[in-house]
Amino acid sequence: MQNNLKPYRPIGTVYGALLNFKKEWNLRAPQMSEAPYKGAPKVPVLFIKTANTFTASGNNIVIPSNVSEVDVGANLAWVFGANASVVACVLVNDVSIPHESYYRPPVKFKCVDGFLGVGAQAKSVAEVQTDAVVLTVKVNGQTVQSVNYADTVRASQKLLADISEFMTFQEGDVLLLGSDCLPDGKRPRAKVGDGWKFQRQALKAWSISL
Amino acid sequence: MKHARIAWAGAVHEAVESNGELLLTRSPWAGKRLKFDEVVWLPPLAPVPQARTILALGLNYADHAKELAFKAPEEPLVFVKGEGALIGHKALTRRPKDATHMHYECELAVVIGRTAKHVKKENAYDYVGGYTVANDYAIRDYLENWYRPNFRVKNRDTCTPIGPWLVDAKDIHDTYGSPMNLSLQTTVNGKITQSGHTRDMIFDVPTLIEYFSAFMTLQPGDLIFTGTPDGVVNCEVGDVIVTSIEGVGDLINTLGE
Repeated sequence: MQNNLKPYRPIGTVYGALLNFKKEWNLRAPQMSEAPYKGAPKVPVLFIKTANTFTASGNNIVIPSNVSEVDVGANLAWVFGANASVVACVLVNDVSIPHESYYRPPVKFKCVDGFLGVGAQAKSVAEVQTDAVVLTVKVNGQTVQSVNYADTVRASQKLLADISEFMTFQEGDVLLLGSDCLPDGKRPRAKVGDGWKFQRQALKAWSISL
Repeated sequence: MKHARIAWAGAVHEAVESNGELLLTRSPWAGKRLKFDEVVWLPPLAPVPQARTILALGLNYADHAKELAFKAPEEPLVFVKGEGALIGHKALTRRPKDATHMHYECELAVVIGRTAKHVKKENAYDYVGGYTVANDYAIRDYLENWYRPNFRVKNRDTCTPIGPWLVDAKDIHDTYGSPMNLSLQTTVNGKITQSGHTRDMIFDVPTLIEYFSAFMTLQPGDLIFTGTPDGVVNCEVGDVIVTSIEGVGDLINTLGE
């Protein structure tokens, strides 16, 4: 089984969920009815992190020279096995060029070479209570964010059910369950030279250090 | 040469087009000839070690942008699709019961032939392995203005037929000069509903390869769907939709429940 391979590397398509934390949803709610959105999203808002973005834990992510800072999107992600079952969890960093508008697909912000840090180890989903996971995000050793999966708009099974209404996850596919924002609506930022690390309490093997 | 991937006699095979038939090319059936209707057609794409990148263009023909009341984009409007959405030639696509407007989109699909990073327009065709036809269905009822076009519209199971052939890039370049010189057409139950020409793309194939490869490295087998011209109409269950591109192929699809 691929979830026992070390280091873990996705073989399927990596999907991600946007706006899946209540804090960001609530901050943006007043603008949702306005142009260009003209209404709150009814179903999960998704994006894809293409294969060129995968960077194994411990390696450097190269930031393009015309970009001063990037968003750090700490995510717990599910890995799918046969029959669209969830078999494993992995920590990933959905790196993005900061972008305010969610109107058009974020390919040029999110699909840049190297822009997905992938945790070295995928853990069996049986060992994880997904909706109770708390991630700690550290940049240069300083804790900058705590991400609590109890605070999602759609709990993990609800998210999966709503996506599965129109598409079937293939064996090896990955779903990023969402990254939270800070109180100001932005995500933690990192610039060239910064190192960051995500940890789940009591599970050292889950850290990403880049 | 036109390449196909088919299922027949309990296994998947590589084949090429030969005098109106399929010619199997590999052991144990190398040399075997089959009629087109004897096989199940799969997407004409060799397996890749990790899921391929599928880039798709929105509003890349000025007339289609106008049809949908958008001004032509100043840079490529691109979205990404998952490989799980692909199905082959002569397959069945599911139409949701509650949909009121589901339409085909006939698109020239570029199949990358070798690793492409920081490619310049002038050399872009060196990185193309071949071309095929994609029908990138959309269900307008499900459009939402969040990362639009959103996945419920554009990443649905069964909603991206592709094929029947992967045509070697050299064949298209030798015969037509470039892929920017091909007519496109869609018929619904035999009636022409969409006709256009690849020369009317806003961003042509070399421009797209330069644009994408500037920030994302493309691998062999990755796909770029280059958008559709105007003439999209609603289709119903039972309709037979044929999306055709000159020199590339006629991709047949039927809508089912």
